[in-house]
Amino acid sequence: MKIKIKYFGMLTEVTSCEEEIIDFSGILISELLEVLFIKYPNLKDKKFQVAQNNELVPVNIKISSQEIVLLPPFSGG
Amino acid sequence: MDRYNGHIILSEIGHKGQEKLSKSKVLVVGAGGLGCPVLQYLAAAGIGTLGIIDYDIVELSNLQRQILFGTSSIGKNKANEAKAKLQDLNQTINIIAYPEQLTFQNAIELFGQFDIIVDGTDNFETRYLINDASVITSKPLVFGAIYKFQGQLAVFNYNNGPSYRCAFPDKPEQGEVPNCSEVGVLGVLPGIIGTMMANEVLKIVLGIGNILSGEMLCYEALSNQNKIIKINRNEAEIENIILHKNDFQNQKMNKICSPEDIEASIEVFLNKQNVQFIDIREMHEQPKIKNFNVIQIPLSVLENQLDLISRVEEKAIFCQSGIRSKTAVSILKKHHINNCYSIKEGASEIIGYINKSNKNVIHK
Repeated sequence: MKIKIKYFGMLTEVTSCEEEIIDFSGILISELLEVLFIKYPNLKDKKFQVAQNNELVPVNIKISSQEIVLLPPFSGG
Repeated sequence: MDRYNGHIILSEIGHKGQEKLSKSKVLVVGAGGLGCPVLQYLAAAGIGTLGIIDYDIVELSNLQRQILFGTSSIGKNKANEAKAKLQDLNQTINIIAYPEQLTFQNAIELFGQFDIIVDGTDNFETRYLINDASVITSKPLVFGAIYKFQGQLAVFNYNNGPSYRCAFPDKPEQGEVPNCSEVGVLGVLPGIIGTMMANEVLKIVLGIGNILSGEMLCYEALSNQNKIIKINRNEAEIENIILHKNDFQNQKMNKICSPEDIEASIEVFLNKQNVQFIDIREMHEQPKIKNFNVIQIPLSVLENQLDLISRVEEKAIFCQSGIRSKTAVSILKKHHINNCYSIKEGASEIIGYINKSNKNVIHK
């Protein structure tokens, strides 16, 4: 299954891209994150939430969207 | 012609809506990149009571995005400067400046005096404090935050909607996410997000349109893309805030520029090597420090004389009472000059310590 991952804020500095397509064979969002943590070890140290179908969701649920968003908190003002 | 004719002739607002605006009370926390445009539009719109809380002072590098200020504002408190500018824009509204830091101790009472809270701050410490105080006092919170070319916008605690903790339960550690002065920001970005924050405030007061509650708008300035992400209310997070509301005022702020870690006694430095002693009092202030190796750089010109400050030695910075020296350390920190310490003793006391110490003192 091909999944588009979209990164926001400082996460793009870890991944060096704003979005990418990942070929993924797992089921849960947490499994997808494991794949991303292997690809980007520094991603593990960042705080972010995951959205699918444009909704923040816990990571222990099944992937049900072609697009996953990784959203970190911003503090700037 | 009425000042608010533009509003009044709109059927969605009219005299009745304008009356609602004039009766509303809005507190803006932080008069920086986001706070300036929020304040400007809310003052222009005739929000009856506008509170501004900010302890920070205007610096030259703020003018790139903090549009209420001019070069004459440099060195002055942001809340007071914003008030002066806004009062000229609209003398018919009541503007209250609080030139102080929002703390666990003053937040609850202050929030209680307003209908809507606006978060235009630049650090997580204050953002989580604002969220929790808004939950405790049941005030809607209009939230905006920015990073480089991206912005986040949301309304929290509105009609039983989610709070900021429902979206981001874990507060990042200090320094984990850098702020605008550290990584840079497109100057117009806080203008865009701040103007959208003012829009949410006006809609809440007027009771028109759809409020961005239970959602976060993520804006990307380079591609002009918006994404609205749904946020669900997390009862456990909200209950946890309510459960601990009696302890709220006993909590201590992890200082944003951490003046506490950087505060020290002069005694520590008198016996140390490689220390630059900096007197940041104005030239006329007494008593002068004599027979001791110290340079004087008045706070009012500190930013213009950064090249006098040692980049290799530790800096022991003092003033008359240990208050302005903290401001000086914050300023130097913003210019990425590290190893600066605010001396808690004032000049008179310091002279006493110097006289006791043999080091660097020339005996007559």
